[in-house]
Amino acid sequence: MKTTDVPQDDANMMQGKFKEPVYSLDENGNYTTIPSVGWEPKNAVMQEAWDRVNEKIEQARQNVINGKLSPIAYYIEKNIMDTALVAKYMYMPKWKIKKHLKPYNFSKLSDDVLEKYALVFGINKHELVDIDQLNDK
Amino acid sequence: MNTNNFSQPALANNRMNIELKFEHKQSAHCENGVVSNLLRYYGIELSEPMVFGIGSGFFFSHMPFLKVNGIPVTSFRPLPGIIFKRISKRLGVEFEKHKFSNPHKAMMALDINLKNSIPTGMLVGVYHLTYFPDPYRFHFNAHNIVVYGRQNGSYLISDPIMEGSEVLTYDELLRVRYAKGTFAPEGHMYWAERIPKNINLESAIIKGIKHTCKDMLTIPLPMFGVKGIRFLSKKVRNYPGKLGPKKAASYIGQIVRAQEEIGTGGAGFRYMYGAFLQEASIVINNGELKKLSYEITEIGDLWREFAVIAARIVKNRNTEDESYNKAADLLLVIADREEEFFKKLKKSIR
Repeated sequence: MKTTDVPQDDANMMQGKFKEPVYSLDENGNYTTIPSVGWEPKNAVMQEAWDRVNEKIEQARQNVINGKLSPIAYYIEKNIMDTALVAKYMYMPKWKIKKHLKPYNFSKLSDDVLEKYALVFGINKHELVDIDQLNDK
Repeated sequence: MNTNNFSQPALANNRMNIELKFEHKQSAHCENGVVSNLLRYYGIELSEPMVFGIGSGFFFSHMPFLKVNGIPVTSFRPLPGIIFKRISKRLGVEFEKHKFSNPHKAMMALDINLKNSIPTGMLVGVYHLTYFPDPYRFHFNAHNIVVYGRQNGSYLISDPIMEGSEVLTYDELLRVRYAKGTFAPEGHMYWAERIPKNINLESAIIKGIKHTCKDMLTIPLPMFGVKGIRFLSKKVRNYPGKLGPKKAASYIGQIVRAQEEIGTGGAGFRYMYGAFLQEASIVINNGELKKLSYEITEIGDLWREFAVIAARIVKNRNTEDESYNKAADLLLVIADREEEFFKKLKKSIR
């Protein structure tokens, strides 16, 4: 690829925080790097991956609103985690996390445990237990 | 306990202000970048492509049985840490490495290093890196950064992906050093312990090239090197029939993400390798390497063609087998070209 062909297709993937150096050949045939904001095919596959994540978040949100799952299910997807990863952050076995996905078991959780979950998900305890606010998300 | 519960301990040296004369340079790939930046601090000037080439960072693997988020892993690089290991061996630079079960000890050890004017590399998870753009924040734990100072209780960070230097608070740094999951860093940090007076760059380059030729041509398993590309081609051809349109699109999209997402410098490190060969051709005075740099550039262009076809499939949810066949055919062409390229490269340094 020539430096003049380095694409600059901005899909705000880098949110203006940096540009990525792309190795390419200058007019004398010597390698150099050109900062790029993005490339359309790359943006497209990244978008597809995020669409998949967002689909799962939406599905979890519906399940929580409908009372099928506890809010933990929603925040797991929201943080692109799974029960295994949450178990590690919580220093708990995986089966316990799975148990807490059931609304009944969730309602029995102590404040301490709720606090720990909230910390892992980067929210506060009140947000975690407030299912109504998921209606607006 | 969750590491986030730890607040800043009231240690006397918390108020210490230190900024080492560390020159931060942006690079495409974090592992190359950290090595290059650390070596520069000790007076060894090696560009990112040189670190990449000497550390034999060029690779290909496709492992259908190993899945991340339900999608098979395709990779254009060896496992994290390999480039680092290889380059230190080939240059004779000794690194000290440590992991800590106690997060506070990990932070204290860092403070002691800074006090002793040692810029310190470390592994971190990217998900909680506050300065990272959101679309790139996922649970990847083998990211490398260098800490080169401390000011007003915060740490000065040289992250090779970023254009300038960054700052993380005590709690933010502790959090990313103790990210959980695959490749959990567990406070892993490293720093240069012994720098040799004389570095034999020529022999390091030749060893680096030989190793890459071996990796790409002779691993007797179908998943790796040139064979891995042919293996992937076969899989891609069967994607639509076997997986249905949606899953097939996710699978082929993942290949492009591995190829182009942060850190490869474009077309799955192929261009970076071209840059390495150009530099190497001057150091070891071998004109053949310069010619070969243009050949690997053309191969990189073919990988980009592949990305264009794949992205079109992803966008249109293209169910036609024809596009997948086209992508698979192109992979076969690429495999042949890379095989030919590495055979020539092997001969050129004999």
